[in-house]
Amino acid sequence: MADGPVAEVLLRQLAAADGGLDSAELAAKLGVEHQAVVGAVKSLQALGEIIEAELRSTKRWELTAEGEEIAREGSHEARVFRSIPPEGLAQSELMRLPSGKVGFSKAMSNKWIRVDKSAADGPRVFRVVDSVEDEVQRRLQLVQGGQAEKLGEKERSELRKRKLLTEVTLKTYWVSKGSAFSTSISKQETELSPEMISSGSWRDRPFKPYNFLAHGVLPDSGHLHPLLKVRSELRQIFLEMGFTEMPTDNFIESSFWNFDALFQPQQHPARDQHDTFFLRDPAEALQLPMDYVHRVKRTHSQGGYGSQGYKYNWKLEEARKNLLRTHTTSASARALYRLAQKKPFTPAKYFSIDRVFRNETLDATHLAEFHQIEGVVADHGLTLGHLMGVLREFFTKLGITQLRFKPAYNPYTEPSMEVFSYHQGLRKWVEVGNSGIFRPEMLLPMGLPENVSVIAWGLSLERPTMINTASTTSGSWWATR
Amino acid sequence: MPTVSVKRDLLFRALGRTYTDEEFDELCFEFGLELDEITSEKEIISKEQGNEKAEGASDVVLYKIDVPANRYDLLCLEGLVRGLQVFKERIKAPVYKRVTPNGEIQKLIITEETARIRPYAVAAVLRNIKFTKDRYDSFIELQEKLHQNICRKRALVAIGTHDLDTLSGPFTYTAKRPSDIKFKPLNKTKEYTACELMNIYKTDNQLKHYLHIIENKPLFPVIYDSNGVVLSMPPIINGNHSKITVNTRNVFIECTGTDFTKAKIVLDVIVTMFSEYCENPFTVEAAEVVFPNGKSYTFPELAYRKEIVRADLINKKVGIRETPENIAKLLTRMHLKSEVIGDGNQIEIEIPPTRADVIHACDIVEDAAIAYGYNNIQMALPKTYTIANQFPLNKLTELLRYDMAAAGFTEALTFALCSQEDIADKLGLDISATKAVHISNPKTAEFQVARTTLLPGLLKTIAANRKMPLPLKLFEISDIVVKDSSRGKNKSPFSPAESILL
Repeated sequence: MADGPVAEVLLRQLAAADGGLDSAELAAKLGVEHQAVVGAVKSLQALGEIIEAELRSTKRWELTAEGEEIAREGSHEARVFRSIPPEGLAQSELMRLPSGKVGFSKAMSNKWIRVDKSAADGPRVFRVVDSVEDEVQRRLQLVQGGQAEKLGEKERSELRKRKLLTEVTLKTYWVSKGSAFSTSISKQETELSPEMISSGSWRDRPFKPYNFLAHGVLPDSGHLHPLLKVRSELRQIFLEMGFTEMPTDNFIESSFWNFDALFQPQQHPARDQHDTFFLRDPAEALQLPMDYVHRVKRTHSQGGYGSQGYKYNWKLEEARKNLLRTHTTSASARALYRLAQKKPFTPAKYFSIDRVFRNETLDATHLAEFHQIEGVVADHGLTLGHLMGVLREFFTKLGITQLRFKPAYNPYTEPSMEVFSYHQGLRKWVEVGNSGIFRPEMLLPMGLPENVSVIAWGLSLERPTMINTASTTSGSWWATR
Repeated sequence: MPTVSVKRDLLFRALGRTYTDEEFDELCFEFGLELDEITSEKEIISKEQGNEKAEGASDVVLYKIDVPANRYDLLCLEGLVRGLQVFKERIKAPVYKRVTPNGEIQKLIITEETARIRPYAVAAVLRNIKFTKDRYDSFIELQEKLHQNICRKRALVAIGTHDLDTLSGPFTYTAKRPSDIKFKPLNKTKEYTACELMNIYKTDNQLKHYLHIIENKPLFPVIYDSNGVVLSMPPIINGNHSKITVNTRNVFIECTGTDFTKAKIVLDVIVTMFSEYCENPFTVEAAEVVFPNGKSYTFPELAYRKEIVRADLINKKVGIRETPENIAKLLTRMHLKSEVIGDGNQIEIEIPPTRADVIHACDIVEDAAIAYGYNNIQMALPKTYTIANQFPLNKLTELLRYDMAAAGFTEALTFALCSQEDIADKLGLDISATKAVHISNPKTAEFQVARTTLLPGLLKTIAANRKMPLPLKLFEISDIVVKDSSRGKNKSPFSPAESILL
C-alpha cells in the first residue's frame, strides 16, 4: 500500500502543501474513498519517519434520509400547503396525501392553513396566506451544501429533533512531513532470492520489516475437548496408582444400587423428585439379587451387623424405581458386591470417571449433567490415616499439595472427610473433594469380611478443570460452541 | 446442609468468651461445622429486597453456621453452645431426666381414626420454663429447622407446642371430617372450618407447602383437650387458644406423624435442648400416650444407650495409638460419656438421647477421630498391591479419540438428555420406534428422554457454530441409552463414534 498510487499522490501533495493536509479533504479532492487515504497514511507511517499523522475528529452535520428527501421535495408542511387549491380541500382527502398527516399539523401551527369545520361535506382546509417560504427546506439545503455553520444552534437542534439532521463524527488525519520525508519511496523487498545473494544486490535493497504482531495462519488441526483432556489425565493418575477401572457404561440405575445398597434411607431428601431424575419408561428395575436385597431391607429397617438401623418400613417398590444415576458410587457398590462374591477375599483398588445426573434448574453454576471421579480401596486394616495418605498422593499428582481435612457427613461413609486445598489465586481454602470409609451397614450385607475396610473418595471433573483453565463456570464446555 | 442462624454476641455470651471471626471459623472447622456467612438482618433484607426495605432492620451480627445433616442436636443456639462447651471441656454434658409429676400425668389418647392418615403421636411437658424473647425465638426456630430436616417438611413428623395453662387434659388425638373441625387457628381472629382453612392457606407462602399432606383425605387429624378446645390440626396449624408466648411457664409438646422412630427422636431433641430453661434444669415431665389398641407409652423416651467398643478397634480404624483412657476422654468431649471397663481395653460408651445419629460403632470411631483432630492423624500409604486394568471400552475410546483428533476432527461433548423431537421427529423417526428411555419429571423439554444417538448433539453444535469458517469437522465418542426389553433393564450397550464432516 505504501507504494500504491494513493500513497504516491499523497506524498506529492504533501510536498507541495504548506504545513500539512487533511485526509478527508484529500480524499474529496482525489475523488477516492476516505478509507483508501487512511490506508495509505497508515502504511506510510509504518515505514518510519516519512510522515507524521495526527488523529483528529471532526463533527459534521449531515442530513438523514428523510432530511434528504425534504431537501429535494420540500418540507411536509410546504407540500401540504401547495396541494391545497384556492377553493380548499377536504380534510379527509388531504390526510390521504403522502405528506398529509405530518405536514398538516405543522402547517396549522405555522398558520399557513386553516380548517373550516362547518363546511357542507366535512371539514375543509383553506390556505391562509398566498405563499410560503419553505424555511426547513432551505436550511436543509444549506447543510447539504456544507454550510451548516450558517444555521443557528437553535435551528440545528430543532431539525435534529425532527430527525432531519444528525451529527456525524469524522475521524481524519492531519498529515505533515516527517523528518525523513521524501516523495519517492522505494519499493520494499519481501523475498530474498538466490540472485540477490549471488549478485550481492541485497546489500542495497530495502527489505520490508517482519511484523511479529500479525496473527498468522492457524495450522489445520483437530482438537480434543478440554474437559475430556482432564479426564484422560485423571485416568492416567489412577492407573499409575494401581487402580482398576470400573465399568460405568450405564447411565440408568435402579434406586436399589444408587441408594439402598449404599445405606441411604428411603426417606432421604436426595431421593426427592426435585433432585433425582426418575424414569417414566421403563419405570422399574426387574432384576435385583433378591437375597442381597433382603439383607439390605433388614439392615435398613431393623438393624443388624452391629447397627441399630434406621427403624422405618423399607419398601421394595421404592428400591425398584429406575433413575438416572446421581453418583458413580452406585458403580462402586456393584463392584464391591462382585468382589465380595469372590472367595477368598483379595484386596482391590477401583476407580471410575463418568457422567452423573441431577434434576436441577440450570444456571451459571449448576448443570444437570456433570462428571464424577471416584476412587475406592478395599483391604484389611485400612485406617483414616491411609485414606489421607492416598488422598495426598492423588492430589499431589494433580499439583495440589496443601491439604486439610474436615469432618463431614455422608449417609454411606463414617468417618467422612471433606478435603480442602489452599487456592493461591483466591487466597482461601476451597473444597476439592469428599471422602470417607464405607459404613459396615453397606459392606457387610454384601458379604465382605468383617475386617475389610473400604476407603473411598470423590470429586467432580469440572472443578479441577475450572482451576486449570481459570474458568469461573463449567457450563461453557457443554455449550455447543 | 442445614444452616443455623445465631446472634453472634448471644453465642459468645453463652460460650463465656469472645472469638475473632477467624478463631471461630477455626473452631467450627475442627468440630465439623462451617461458618458459612457473617451477616445481619439488615444485610439480608438489603440483599433480597433492596436498601429501602432494609431501613430500620437490625444490624445485630448474625453467624450462619452449616451443621451436618444428621446432627439434630446442633440445630439451635442452645445445642451448638452445649456441643462446643463439652468439646472444649468447659462443661460436663448434662444428664437429661424424665420425671413423673407429683399430680396427675398428662395423657394423650389416640383414637383409631388416625390410623389411616397419621397414626403416631408422642408428647411431653416442659414444666416451669422461663422464656426470654431470644429463647422464645430460638424455640420456634428449632421447630422450623426440625420440620425442614428430619421431619421431611412435616410429612413424617409435625410438632405442636402449647401453653399448658390454657388447656386441660386429657387430650384426644383423633381424625375427623374436615367440615366437622372448627376452631380459631393461630393468629386469626375468628373460627373457621378445616375446609375453609385449606382454602385460606392456599395463598399463605409458608403453609401452602404442607396442605398436600392431608388435602383430599376423608378425615383430617386434630387434637382436642377435654373441653373440646382444638390444640392443633397437624401438620398444618395450631389453634390460637393454646398459643405460646414469652410468658408461658408450662409447655405441652405433641409430635404427630407417620414415622414413629422419627417422632420420638424429634421430641427428644426439643425437650433436651430447651429443658435447660426449666426451673429444674434438664428435667422433662413425662406424658402418657395411649394407642388405639390400649397400649400405653410414657414419653419422652430420653433413652441412654450403652455400647462397648474395644479401644484398639478405635485406634486401628482411625490410625492412631491412644491409651484407652485418652480415647474415653476424647469421646466424652463429643458428648459420648465414656469410661474404661473390664480388662482395661474396653470402653463403655453412653449414647445420650441427643445423639440419635450414633447407630453403629463406626459413628463412635468418627467422633473419636474428630476429637483427636483429623489433621493430627498421621498419613500412611496402604500396602495394597494391585495391578491396574483399564475398562476395555474406555481404552478403545481413548485410542480412537487421539486418532480422530490427529485426523483433524474436533471433539465435542454434548448432553445425554434431550427432547423427544431431537431423537425422533428431527431425524424423521417416530418416537416409539426409537426404543428411547423416558424421564418422568423433567424440568424442561430439554430433559424428556435420554439420547439414542449422538447425532442431535453434534448437529446442535454445528448449528451453534455456523458463523465459523468451514470445514467443520466434529466427533464424539460417548454413551447412548437404548431400552433393552429382554433384560427389563436399560443399558448403554455401546459407544458409537459419530462424526460429522461438513
